[in-house]
Amino acid sequence: MALAAARVSMPAEARAGEVVEIKALMRHPMETGYQVDAMGESIPRHIIERFTVSYDGERIFGMDLTQGVAANPFIAFTTRATRSGELVFTWEDDRGELSEVRKTLTVVP
Amino acid sequence: MPTRRQIIAAAGVAGSMLALPRLATATPQMHDDALSALSGGAPINDGRVELIIPGVAENGLSVFTTVAVESPMTEADHVRAIHILSEQNPIAHLLTWHLSPRAGIARVSTNIRLAASQEVTALAEMSDGTFWRDRRHVVVTIAACIDGG
Repeated sequence: MALAAARVSMPAEARAGEVVEIKALMRHPMETGYQVDAMGESIPRHIIERFTVSYDGERIFGMDLTQGVAANPFIAFTTRATRSGELVFTWEDDRGELSEVRKTLTVVP
Repeated sequence: MPTRRQIIAAAGVAGSMLALPRLATATPQMHDDALSALSGGAPINDGRVELIIPGVAENGLSVFTTVAVESPMTEADHVRAIHILSEQNPIAHLLTWHLSPRAGIARVSTNIRLAASQEVTALAEMSDGTFWRDRRHVVVTIAACIDGG
């Protein structure tokens, strides 16, 4: 089963050389593995472990997550607009489930 | 006199804290061990890094955290990675961000969990192999339920 759809917010257009802020929000419980349910059973750990971003085929950002990151992980970071291309955002959790979002950045001179 | 709503809310908080086992938390020693493991024993300098985190966090379940590092972010001189470390959570090393010169500037944010009031450390690893850090004390009013709750 794929992960729930994530949301990525970034400008569609930027000037060459401009630093663009990107915000990514993923719906995920980030279950720590430390909690027990109402029946006293331990709730297994279930977290997103890796987030990666590529721009025009080159990896530009990555994050290693643990249960120390809040539920529904929010990540804000930057990239410098080089040329028009596709940004691919990938989340992978500890059950091997993946979610991917693609966004196009148009770079104007 | 408290209203019925307040009593119910208070009972809910107390109940959720009591019903669950307490876990061992990281210690300042584990935090220091994680720090030296990340730096490979290289000296860690104070400065260049700014950890922006509330001094008082009302809700330890989600604490907005930003790290900014002074760096030109060029091929020759950039931030390779930023780590966040805790000394009171069940684990000491909370996250790592991997950066490259393509970032333009070194400034990243996310929401972290804090199990208790504690010192939080941001450690930056530069392309020249040096390590820089900033530390902030955070008072947590309602601890993250990562130690049960």
